[in-house]
Amino acid sequence: MSSIGEYSEKVMDHFMNPRNVGEIEDAAVGTVGNAKCGDIMRMYLDIKDGIIQDAKFKTFGCGAAVATSSMATELVKGKTIEEALQVTNRAVMEALDGLPPVKVHCSLLAEEAIHAALWDYAEKEHISIPGLKKPVEDIEELE
Amino acid sequence: MEKLIYLDNAATTATRPQVLEAMLPYFGEYYGNAASIYRFAGKSTKAVDEARRTVADALGAKKGEIYFTGGGSESDNWALKATAFAKKEKGKHIITSKIEHHAILHTCQFLEKNGFEVTYLDVDGNGLVQPEKLEQAIREDTILVSIMFANNEIGTIQPIAELARIAHKHGALFHTDAVQAFCHVPIDVNELEIDMLSASGHKFGGPKGVGIMYLRDTVKIGSFIHGGAQERGKRAGTHNTPGIVGFAKAVELATANMEESARKETELRDYLIDGILAKVPYTRLNGHRTKRLSNNANFSFRFIEGESLLILLDQHGICGSSGSACTSGSLDPSHVLLAIGLPHEIAHGSLRLTLSAETTKEEIDYTIETVAKIVERLRSMSPLYSDFRSQQSEEK
Repeated sequence: MSSIGEYSEKVMDHFMNPRNVGEIEDAAVGTVGNAKCGDIMRMYLDIKDGIIQDAKFKTFGCGAAVATSSMATELVKGKTIEEALQVTNRAVMEALDGLPPVKVHCSLLAEEAIHAALWDYAEKEHISIPGLKKPVEDIEELE
Repeated sequence: MEKLIYLDNAATTATRPQVLEAMLPYFGEYYGNAASIYRFAGKSTKAVDEARRTVADALGAKKGEIYFTGGGSESDNWALKATAFAKKEKGKHIITSKIEHHAILHTCQFLEKNGFEVTYLDVDGNGLVQPEKLEQAIREDTILVSIMFANNEIGTIQPIAELARIAHKHGALFHTDAVQAFCHVPIDVNELEIDMLSASGHKFGGPKGVGIMYLRDTVKIGSFIHGGAQERGKRAGTHNTPGIVGFAKAVELATANMEESARKETELRDYLIDGILAKVPYTRLNGHRTKRLSNNANFSFRFIEGESLLILLDQHGICGSSGSACTSGSLDPSHVLLAIGLPHEIAHGSLRLTLSAETTKEEIDYTIETVAKIVERLRSMSPLYSDFRSQQSEEK
């Protein structure tokens, strides 16, 4: 069960006024989650000189899924690749003043979306990013 | 107070002012135990008796066939478990449908763990149980068929008379969970050959926490709540006199006005359905177009998820519900939407709006407009929608 009252003000703010919704052409892109479970996140990262210049997202999912996507894009913007790798689900959750327990998987999805976009970048640029693992296809494996 | 458009009357209804007024004296002035013998308690005893008469009349039943319970779930549990216990020598097979309320489904699962066998009938795309499927599934050892009168999510009304007749032809009892239908749809237990029926007060303007079980006097099953001699020894526990009085008052009000309310609701419901389908592309109506509760509309909007939709509707003062996983508390969307054949991702994007006789056309106009706006906004954020759009333009 979920009730709107369980969401923090920050989650509600990022859901009601999501930052960085959209797409970036020719950018690195990662898609995670699946429609069967009700959450899909797609993250676009525009990376130049090792720095994330811009980040955008599109998400199909609940309030928490949208809010974590929005916060994740905010957290990685302007960061180096190495710094972006440190944006964990915990960091996303903390930045949102927490999530209801049943919604924690949404923050995992956000972390995974960042990794998936970075993986795409590494593949396109034929580089290897230390510490980056191939993203899992199904987020349920993470739980 | 900010604007409130309450379109979740299948979840619960507002207690009618006349109902509350009828209940109040039994909290204060006439607090006597309806089972006590002194004159002071007589007022309570009489009130419970009169309430039983009102409810019996509404169902075409005898007064002695109505038992007051703590609600629909209790009545469902009683009907299934007590029948299983009473008839286990005859057989251990029960038939129900895949779209029942959890009060039925989870009770059936409990019975399965305790040596009973349950067949869950499929429904068609409109949510209808097909009588021939029941005919095929029923066996010599089938003791009970339990099919809901009308579905709580998609509103589809079942061919109860036909299903009951099949059960009886094969010597099985017939129970119906009529929680959504009672006092919304005319029900005559004899005409429809119903042996047991569950109903709940708060679905038609009555109080929460009080329900009934109709139990045909020829059906011999035991008690579910053991204890005192209340309800002719079949349902122990001190009578919830205010609740019972409120239940009966709500029945009285609803039945006096049923046809008129249904006509008004149906008109608004169809206006809502036509409006949404016309205004929002890639949308489907769930449930039967005409064989449905007069107050129920249920849609699936492709490419979006239900909880997001509910939160944004709430921000606009509109209360609705959804069958998405995020609102069901599990990873799977509503079992009802899956049973009518919706793929998971479409079931996640469902919205149920349930009206009352007090709902106005202005409220529906505002709702149609708001839903259209919100769906468009969520689609503009949805990767599924952008994929769909680019696929479309490739095909062109």
